[in-house]
Amino acid sequence: MSFINYSSREINCKIVYYGPGLCGKTTNLQYIYSKTNPDVKGKMISLATETERTLFFDFLPLALGQIRGFKTRFHLYTVPGQVFYDASRKLILKGVDGVVFVADSQVERMEANLESMDNLKTNLAEQGYDLTKVPLVIQHNKRDLPNAAPLDEMRRMLNPRANPDFEAAATVGRGVFETLKSVAREVLRDLKQMGR
Amino acid sequence: MHDTQLVMYDEDFRKVRTVIQKLVRDANAKGCFVVDRNGQLIGEAGEMQGIDTTSLASLTAGCIAATCGLAKIVGEEEFPVHFHQGQKDNLHITLVAKRIILVVIFDDRSSLGLVRLRVKKAGGELARVFEEIQKKADQGDAGGSGTPFAEITDEDIDNLFSV
Ligand SMILES: Nc1nc2c(ncn2[C@@H]2O[C@H](COP(=O)(O)OP(=O)(O)OP(=O)(O)O)[C@@H](O)[C@H]2O)c(=O)[nH]1
Ligand SMILES: [Mg+2]
Repeated sequence: MSFINYSSREINCKIVYYGPGLCGKTTNLQYIYSKTNPDVKGKMISLATETERTLFFDFLPLALGQIRGFKTRFHLYTVPGQVFYDASRKLILKGVDGVVFVADSQVERMEANLESMDNLKTNLAEQGYDLTKVPLVIQHNKRDLPNAAPLDEMRRMLNPRANPDFEAAATVGRGVFETLKSVAREVLRDLKQMGR
Repeated sequence: MHDTQLVMYDEDFRKVRTVIQKLVRDANAKGCFVVDRNGQLIGEAGEMQGIDTTSLASLTAGCIAATCGLAKIVGEEEFPVHFHQGQKDNLHITLVAKRIILVVIFDDRSSLGLVRLRVKKAGGELARVFEEIQKKADQGDAGGSGTPFAEITDEDIDNLFSV
């Protein structure tokens, strides 16, 4: 649910990074945080366990610039990927404008990817959102690892509707900004449709 | 998927601001914040300039979301009032009209009883303001060809990232 503020001429959009445990959602936000100018970013909040697994969410506000005289802000959230945190994931998804699905390219994580995608679909549907209509970008992360599955196979399994997708290695920043730009673009296009 | 989109105009803001400025005075509070359930700050009043309001808004929304989740588990619809007591400052959080969160920060110049009383009244007023906003949105005033977003070009979007 974007929030358009005609008084301060701002538009706020919520983007959620989704995906199985340890796929690299938090790493995406950390990289974005480390590479953006101080005047663009706000404080990054991480509600995490002692072992740095996301417990509730990570939050990073970005003020990107202006569109047609409106300050454009993106609020980036990650969900906790571990299966048993499902209740928290549902809460974070509320009011989402766009989703980045971060997939873990390692062959042995393919089932976890599918399960998480399924879980995303269910949790969106519970709020009356349709996965096929929500602005969605897919990131194939951990491409740097030797046990990464072939890209076509990942696409076939996780991206049947040919949404924008990117290969990434979030730890070194490969593909991170491409993914962010793409989801921002999808969200703004969605907003534009609504403006008709 | 935008059925709950929040669009606010100047007049709406003035109304919100008037209510919370009065609340700060009447409740002897340090500050007061209105936050959307999804974590976006809508308005603020009081003497708390300079605090990180973006984080405040997002954490408040997370906190409300979590406790509302808890409420459902124990069979309540929601826990509409939350109170956090600190050494110096206290936090009073209420859910208004199921959609807006009202946060009041106060110290020993005020009291929980006073804050609770004033929040009740201000909450009712805010609920009416947001009902009107919702009504306007339902009538289709929101969005529409009047918004600047209908004309967004791909170039506009690319320019955002040229920084
Ligand atoms: N080799 C490699 N490691 C990565 C990559 N991205 C993330 N990692 C590592 O994977 C581990 C988990 O990353 P996180 O970002 O914490 O994962 P997450 O998705 O937030 O996990 P949860 O919070 O449990 O859902 C960390 O040790 C990262 O350094 C990548 O592209 N390549
Ligand atoms: Mg994480």
